[in-house]
Amino acid sequence: MSLRSSSGSPVTGKPVGGTADQRLVPRKRKGFLGPQPLGLLFSAPYVIYVLAVLAFPLGYAVYISFHDFFFTAPRVKVDRPFVGFDNYITVLSDPAVQRSFLNIGVFLIINVPLTVGLSLLLANALNRVTRLKTFFRLSYYVPYVTASVAVVGVWLFLFQQNGLVNTLLGPLAPGPSWLVNSWLAMPTVALYVTWKQLGFFILLYLAALQNIPDELYESASVDGGNKWVQFWNITVPGVRPASVLVTLLATITGANLFTEPYLLTGGGGPDGASASPVFIMYQRGLLQGNPDVAAALGVVLVIGVLLIALIQKRLVGGKED
Amino acid sequence: MSVTNAQNAKNDDDAGQQPELPEPVLRPDSGVEKRRNLGVGSFILLALGAFVFLFPFYYMLIGSLQTAPDTSIFGAFPNPANITGANYVQINESINLFRGLLNSGIFTGGVILFTVIFGLLVGYALAQMQFRGRGVVFGMMLLVQMIPFQLLLIPLYVMIVRDYGLADSYLGMILPFAINSTAVFVFRQYFLQLPSTLFEAARIDGASELRILWQIAIPLVRPAIVTAVLLTFIGPWNEFLWPFLVTKEQSIQPLAVSLANFISNIAGQAGNPFGAILAGACVLAAPAVALFIFFQRQFISTNIGSSVKG
Repeated sequence: MSLRSSSGSPVTGKPVGGTADQRLVPRKRKGFLGPQPLGLLFSAPYVIYVLAVLAFPLGYAVYISFHDFFFTAPRVKVDRPFVGFDNYITVLSDPAVQRSFLNIGVFLIINVPLTVGLSLLLANALNRVTRLKTFFRLSYYVPYVTASVAVVGVWLFLFQQNGLVNTLLGPLAPGPSWLVNSWLAMPTVALYVTWKQLGFFILLYLAALQNIPDELYESASVDGGNKWVQFWNITVPGVRPASVLVTLLATITGANLFTEPYLLTGGGGPDGASASPVFIMYQRGLLQGNPDVAAALGVVLVIGVLLIALIQKRLVGGKED
Repeated sequence: MSVTNAQNAKNDDDAGQQPELPEPVLRPDSGVEKRRNLGVGSFILLALGAFVFLFPFYYMLIGSLQTAPDTSIFGAFPNPANITGANYVQINESINLFRGLLNSGIFTGGVILFTVIFGLLVGYALAQMQFRGRGVVFGMMLLVQMIPFQLLLIPLYVMIVRDYGLADSYLGMILPFAINSTAVFVFRQYFLQLPSTLFEAARIDGASELRILWQIAIPLVRPAIVTAVLLTFIGPWNEFLWPFLVTKEQSIQPLAVSLANFISNIAGQAGNPFGAILAGACVLAAPAVALFIFFQRQFISTNIGSSVKG
């Protein structure tokens, strides 16, 4: 924006006449970098950082994924031949990778709707209540600010074979316990992540709810609409942009999953039932020394997330786009 | 923008229609009653939620103090006969809590330092300086927040660990997080709220940009610094994956990593592994929870401001 306006003013000055043009020449030369060229210097460390530590690796990841790449000692020059889509073929035909994508699918199907539903419900309730509001807000937000590693300890304790959850369930406790059961491992991880992240999404919804005018609710209650009618017809459409954001963020966080299944289920879980794609990247890339395959998996994963995000935006965002 | 304007206009219409309905006085009364009922329902829901969110933390503390892990329902209540501090001693013998906290502190402190120094500079430039390329820098800041970390994992590992040999070093841990773009965004938003005439006047008086930033701008945005520090803090303090990949030596591992390694490797050998794990968990969780409760206003406003607008 500023770029256009700073270079645009001399251009719009041109048609006025030759004298104006001549007057502009010294200003133009001085203002080539704008009135405060020092801004470039102030921005430089950040720009260099972003280019070197974030933008360059992004391109490097794609480069690695198309070459026969392996770890070497520092400053050793080796040949890294171009191999086309070989690494991608290796990735897509790997049963462990396929399993990890299935796992993440299970995770997202449970985690995303639960996150959207529960955070909207709790934010809506929080918006109505006056007593203890700060306390409630705090309590929802505490899991979000706490290290996953710390809270995982308690969840392991709660969900172990003879843990408190199974004690309370009594005869209803699942056969192999939650985290060692190949059917329940991923759903339990999904439940954990929902619980851990919910506070953040509640805050997003709380902010969005402030934009819905009270008059809408008042006129609805005058017309005799009960609270569910109000919720579905006023609240849900009113926070639709926030719902799109929450869905996308929950999906992106889910695709990045590593710490939670790694610690809760001891790596990949029973029969790889809770191995996440990032865990497979770690395994193939760093433990087995195939960074090229791992990089290809990363690219596939990101493309997959982008596709899912586009579909979600269509579904949740409605026809307004 | 146009969509929201249209919506606002529609809302105004609705509001405008309302006074045209002079309903009996009874109606608003029943509305109030409905609201009160709704309040009770919401309150129960919220209380239930608060229990679900807080109970694991309470249980973490109780469990860390138990001599023998008690997983029965009675184990959820303090029992004077079963209380001990031995778990803290035990975890400290296995992973040296102080060293872990120190490493977490250096890692987090480094990220905060880089973020505050360079973030203030670029945030101020983006908000109050006009220069060629400002739009590009701003766009870059927004785009960067969308880069998925899993894509950077392998190339960053190759560069930082293999090419630069920064494994088992604080710099290697800090680099990928060094300048938090969300914090940069927060700085820009705060600087933007200051009147630009203030800075123009200072420039006419001949003050240098650095002096303007240091003596005028920064003192006016102290809350922004608190907010950005808190926001930045929870990232590296809680981060597991990256420091886990770049550190092999326990003497340099942040507490989150050494505790996680204890959970996945050594837990089987400890006398009361859950007691020890939970004791470590309490030590790791305490600083973040304490900071959060102490500064909760900033935490809450931060996330609303940065994420909704971003």
